[in-house]
Order: sequence, then C-alpha cells, then structure tokens
Amino acid sequence: MFLRLLRWFDDRVGGARFGRQALDRIFPDHWSFMLGEVALYCFISLVATGTYLTFFFEPSVREVTYDGSYAPLQGVEMSAAYRSALDISFEHRAGLVMRQMHHWSALVFLASMTVHLGRVFFTGAYRRPRELNWLIGVTLLVSSIANGFLGYSLLDDLLSGTGLRVAYAITLSIPLLGPDLAFGLFGGEFPAESIIPRFYTLHVLILPAVIAVLLGAHLALVWRQKHTQFPGPGRTEDNIVGSRLWPAYAAKSAGLFFIVLAVLAGLGGLAQINPIWVYGPFRSGLAVTAVSSASQPDWYMGWLDGALRLWPGWEPTVGGYSVPNPFLPAVVLPGLFFTLLYLWPFLEARFTRDRRPHNLLDRARDAPTRAGIGAAVVAVYGVLFLAGSNDVTAGALNIAPERLTTLYRVLVFVAPAVAFGLTRRICRELGRRPVRPVAGMPTHTIVRTATGGYETVPDPESASAASSSSSGGEL
Amino acid sequence: MTAGRLTVGHRLALSAAALPLLVAAPALAAGPRPHQTQQQQQSGGDDLVTRGQELYQVGCVSCHGVDGRGVEERGPTLEEAGPASADFYLSSGRMPAASGAGQPGRKEPVYDADQRAALVAYVSTLGQGPPIPDIDPARGDLALGQQLYTANCAACHNSAGSGGALGQAIYAPALYPATELQVGEAVRVGPGSMPGFNEQQLNQQQLDSVVLFVTHLQDPVDRGGLPLGRVGPVPEGLVAWLVGLGLIVVAIRWIGTRDAVSLTPEPAEAAEAAEATETTGDPSVGGDEQGSSP
Ligand code: HEC
Ligand code: HEC
Repeated sequence: MFLRLLRWFDDRVGGARFGRQALDRIFPDHWSFMLGEVALYCFISLVATGTYLTFFFEPSVREVTYDGSYAPLQGVEMSAAYRSALDISFEHRAGLVMRQMHHWSALVFLASMTVHLGRVFFTGAYRRPRELNWLIGVTLLVSSIANGFLGYSLLDDLLSGTGLRVAYAITLSIPLLGPDLAFGLFGGEFPAESIIPRFYTLHVLILPAVIAVLLGAHLALVWRQKHTQFPGPGRTEDNIVGSRLWPAYAAKSAGLFFIVLAVLAGLGGLAQINPIWVYGPFRSGLAVTAVSSASQPDWYMGWLDGALRLWPGWEPTVGGYSVPNPFLPAVVLPGLFFTLLYLWPFLEARFTRDRRPHNLLDRARDAPTRAGIGAAVVAVYGVLFLAGSNDVTAGALNIAPERLTTLYRVLVFVAPAVAFGLTRRICRELGRRPVRPVAGMPTHTIVRTATGGYETVPDPESASAASSSSSGGEL
Repeated sequence: MTAGRLTVGHRLALSAAALPLLVAAPALAAGPRPHQTQQQQQSGGDDLVTRGQELYQVGCVSCHGVDGRGVEERGPTLEEAGPASADFYLSSGRMPAASGAGQPGRKEPVYDADQRAALVAYVSTLGQGPPIPDIDPARGDLALGQQLYTANCAACHNSAGSGGALGQAIYAPALYPATELQVGEAVRVGPGSMPGFNEQQLNQQQLDSVVLFVTHLQDPVDRGGLPLGRVGPVPEGLVAWLVGLGLIVVAIRWIGTRDAVSLTPEPAEAAEAAEATETTGDPSVGGDEQGSSP
C-alpha cells in the first residue's frame, strides 16, 4: 500500500532517481564534522519548545496584578509579559521544563555554533570554494546571538530589564545616529511600552525565519559543494571517503539528534536556569530603579559586558563632539570583530596568495599562523568573558573586583600575545613530526618469574603496530 | 569557656588598669542609659554590666580600648554601637575579631548566650546606638518584603540572597545563615560597609516584612532543579558549555570514532574496501577548477 502510494507520487513528481542518488551520497567521517549538526538539532529543539511557550506567553506590558501560586509576588503589580512567564513556570503543565529546555537549548545552540566555527576556522574549511558558506555561517551566528538576546529580554524580569537598559544606553552612544536609532529600535524613551511586543515579533517570527532560511542555504551549499575531509590514505582533492548517507550516516545522525535532545531535556528538567521569580518584576511600585548584584547577560553576550567593564571612563572628544563612553567597547569592538570575521577568508587568501580551491582540510598544525590567530581570539574572548563576570569570580575567589579588573586589563593584551606565540610554536613543532601513532602505543606485559622477580615482555601485536605507524611518516 | 578561665587568670594583672574604669562605671550607670532594656534593670542590670566589663577587659579592650573609645588601627570606638550592634557582632561570631584589618566574617560565636548578654549590657553603657529590634516575621507581608528587599538590599546581597563582592576586599555575605533577629539587627545597625536603615527608612512593619522575605530566601521555592549557586547567568553559561556541550561532544566522539581508524596509514586497498569513496566530478563545484588557477 505504502509502496503503491510512493510509486504514484514518483510517476507524477519524479524524484526517485534523485532520492536514490541522495541516499548514496557519501559523507566523510570525523567527529568534528558533527558539531554543526548539533547546532541544527539545538535549533530544532528551540523551535519546538518555543512554539509551546508561545501558547502561553503574553507579549504585553499591560499592568496586571499577580494572583498566581508564587507567594512572594501575590498582589504585586507587574506587566502581563512577566506574569505570563511566571504562569508558564508555575501553573501550566510542563511549562517550566519547556522554558528551561528552551533556555538551555539557546545556550548550547550558541556554544555548539561557536565550536563549529572554531573547527571550520582551524581546519581552513572556509577556503575557496566555500567562502560564501562562511559568510552565511557568520550571519547565522550574528542572528542567533541577536535572537538569544531578544529572548532573554522578553520576560520583563529584573535581570532582563537591566540588560535592556544597558542595550538602550549602548544604542544611544552611537555618535549622531544614536538617539534616532534608539528611539526607532525601542519605540521611544526607555522603557517604552512597545519594546516587548516589538521584540516578540522579532524573536518568534522574523529572526527564526532568517535563521531557518540561512540554515537551509548553509546546508544546501554543503550538499552542493560536498563536505570537506581531512587528508588521509585514498583521499584526494576530488574524492570523498566516508560512509553512505543511507544507512550509515543517517543512523549516526539520527542517533545524534536523540542524544542532543536527551541532553537538553535532561538539563531542562534537572538544572535551574533563569529563575525569573527570584529576580522579581522589572517594574513594580517600590522597585523602580532596582538592580541585583551578579546581573550578567547570557554567556554569548558576556564578552561585551566584559569589554564595558574593562573600558576606562574615557570620553574622547573628536571634532568638538564627545564620544559617549560605551561606544568604543560596545559598538566599535564587536563591529570590528564581526567585520574581520566576515572578511577572514578573503584576508587570508590575500596574505597567503593561496586562491586555489581546497577540498582537503588542514589540520590546525598545518597552518601555524592561522592557528595562532585563532588561539589569540579565543584568549581575548575568554579574558573578556571573565571580566564580565568579575563580581561573581571575585566572590568565588575572594579577591577584590578592582584587583581582578586591573589583572584583566593587563591580561587582555598579554593573553592573546602569549596564546598566539605559543600556539604557533606548538603547531610548528607538531608539523615537523610524523603523523600521530593512531594505531596504538607499544605495550608490554609484566611477568612475574618463579624466583619472585619481574620481567617486561613486549606484546607481539603492539610491536608491529608501532612499526606500521612509524611508516606513516611520509604522510 | 576559654574566656571565662582567662578572666580569672588575668584579673590580678588587669585590676590596676581597670581601677579607674570601675570607678567610672557607677557614674556612667547613673547617667542616661536609654537603650538598656527593662528586663536587665530588673534582674540586677549592674551585675550583668560588671560581668560584661570583665569579659570586655579580656576579649575586647586590646582593639576597642578603655571605655570603648577605640584603638587606632585596631578597632573603632563603641560609643555609637549600642545593643543591637553588640548583639549582632557577637552572635554572628564577628567579634572578637581575629585581626583589626579587613571585614570580620561570620564565625561560630565565641561566647555563649549569657556571656553575650553581659557583654551587650556593658557595651550599651558605653554610648548610644539602636536598641535590639523586636522582630516578628508573622507581622510582616511577604510581597511587601519582596519589593523592599529588591529595592534596598538586592543590589549588594543579590536577588537570591547569595551575596556578592562589593569592592576592595569587601563583600556582602550570603544571607542564608543569618537568624531572623540578626537580619533585623543588621538592617538597623548597618554593619561594616552596609548602610543602616532607621525607623523612618523602614518602619517596624516594613522591617518585619523584609525579615520574612529573607527567611523565604533561606528556604525558597526551588522549582526547576539544581539551583547552580544562585548567582545568575555565569554558572549557567559554564554548565551549558561543560555539561551540555561537553556531554554532546563525548557522544559525537563516540559516534564518530571511525575516523581514527581511517587516518592510520593502512594500505590503500583496505581503506577503500572499508569505506565508500565518491568522486566529485560535478563541473560546477570548485574541485575541478584546479586547472584554471595556477
Ligand atoms: C582584633 C581586634 C578586635 C577585637 C579583639 C574585638 N573587636 Fe570589635 N571590632 C573590631 C573592628 C576592626 C571592628 C570594625 C568592624 C567592621 O568594620 O565591620 C569592630 C567592630 C565592633 C562593633 C561594631 C561597632 C559599631 O560601630 O557598630 C562592636 C559592637 C564590637 N566590635 C564589639 C566587640 C566586642 C564586644 C569585643 C570583645 C568580645 C570585640 N569587639 C573584640 C576589632 C576588634
Ligand atoms: C551597600 C551594600 C549593602 C546593602 C544595600 C545591604 N547590605 Fe547587608 N551587608 C552588606 C555588607 C558589606 C555586609 C557585611 C558587613 C560586615 O560583616 O562587616 C552585610 C551584612 C548583612 C547581614 C549579616 C549577614 C550574616 O550572615 O552575618 C545581613 C543579615 C544583611 N546584611 C541584610 C541586609 C538587608 C536585609 C538589606 C536590605 C534592607 C541589606 N543587607 C542591604 C552590604 C549591604
């Protein structure tokens, strides 16, 4: 019956041939090629849990009085948005686990994207002909960060309101355009009524659509250009060694899907995230200008917060116009970073004069300078993230926050320099050595002799494995 | 108990130094002692004060000086301390401090309840300060407490009461170990770098409400699983990376380990047999443009 139906469709639409070819498609095997897929599955989890949340969330700042089951807020005036988020957490079936899973998915989504970006960067997978897909990938990253921030801002709790206020101040700081841009984006002076409905439309409709379309294009390009692979025996610039899409790769991928979902659901059910009831509403009768200590953004925005905290209180005057303090660390710095990220494949091609197409990947050690630059960026990012959490780490380490700030101000220059030098050096050292002995280390058996002494006897297989791996030196 | 034994041991040595003090004490007692409670006066308040003074001579005088006038570089004057402050500092184990420097932390109290009462009675004679507040959370309103706490305390102690670093070696402690009375005393006194809140700033009912909310924070509604330290998004980010992505990476290394085998320099035929190979013959794909570029 099912087969008949299929044949009926095939007669009219065609596609069996395409399907058969597709199923025979070869995918190269390497664990790191699955990182992008992890991001894809996190996105699916985000859409699924997010859809559930839209059933109950009310994106409005209409003033209401809370009468739900969370005792410390009973009778408190708050926005409808915040109340509906409380209701999701306390009244609706599976609401809290969905909310938490949604938030964990967002954090892991961006983490897996970042690691995927790292893999692509360190292996040079963005080189011709894949520059376009690099551009799409960076755009995906930017839109996802933006959407994460929007989601964090929607709930109208004390923490998200604090984040929005910072975002508003940053937008205002842009010379000349700032005030208009801030008014346009936030719909008026902060805290404007229209922020939440506006951000909601962006968060659940526009940006997810952009992300989905870009993801589709990203995958279609991988399909069309075929996946890169690591060099190895039998692998050349114009073949692919790996497993067939069906059944081997599909099975792996489906397995991965369930594992990702299981991890996210596990976190959602077992680890508390963003307990908005603890923070309280952003605006209420008495707590109009309140903030809590340890007010941090989610991790992917942490480095900007860190840059703001490290930046000295300068307000330079340029042509009679004083540049507001947050402009350089919070607008110019990320702007510069993402511009460089976008341009990287072209910059590298220009500097190395290598414009040939590459289907075989580099290992990180094959391109020591690139690896060094990557390590330096990771180091800056790490220091800025730590700086963004300096009050929390100061508490945990029992060091004064000011002292930590001074330390980070030094580290933000020293750490990348050291990371660059060290990584490049290590890569050069490794590059001189033959391929790592994957076949296994030589092993020995220790035998106790009749007289009570000990003797080591090399194992026969390991001896041959060691010799065969050393023959790989020419690779 | 150690303190008690020391008292006996040191009484002789100290008596000479303490003499003018003992003379001064009745004079002070005669003057206005606004914060001494009714009960103390009835049950022989002067006895208590004397015992407190003895303890003071041993445990406190080195830092707070004769008559509680303070010792430079070691301890502040106690002339504005008063009962609430003394009781708070003693019952939370902050006093006697280990050194005159830095913020004295919460410790196991050194003195038992009777000795503390004596010390409080004595310190109260040294000057004026807020009385021990009368705290009854049952009179408070939880929602009011939430809002007052958010407006007045969360900036230092965190919305969740988990505390936080404030500045050069100054931290707002977590509020979890504090008793109801200690919370009330801390609010009225403002220990160390914490601001004090008087009757005008927080009236009795508001204070009771804040205390009620702090007791709620000590035993909060903990939905959603492990609280991750209650310090916001930083530990959440760490968990997302280390646990979330960490587990997933372990899984993909496990699923994707095949590659370790194919990277080994096996004979080419063996590799071919074990894996499928595909040639990228598609002319529109970059692979074949190799010829055109040098
Ligand atoms: C090692 C020195 C030292 C010793 C011993 C010591 N203190 Fe203190 N005390 C201090 C310092 C320093 C402060 C200021 C603490 C702060 O800033 O929080 C202080 C503060 C106080 C305060 C609060 C003052 C105020 O203005 O509210 C009281 C009350 C107090 N001590 C009582 C005592 C009593 C009673 C004893 C004896 C049991 C004692 N101290 C022993 C150093 C000491
Ligand atoms: C400016 C920051 C700041 C504010 C605002 C503040 N505190 Fe504190 N609080 C502190 C510091 C600092 C200490 C530690 C003082 C010391 O030990 O010297 C402290 C100590 C305490 C303690 C003693 C904790 C213990 O375990 O010993 C309590 C209780 C407390 N605060 C409650 C409150 C309450 C309730 C409010 C709001 C009405 C409040 N605090 C507002 C900074 C602050």
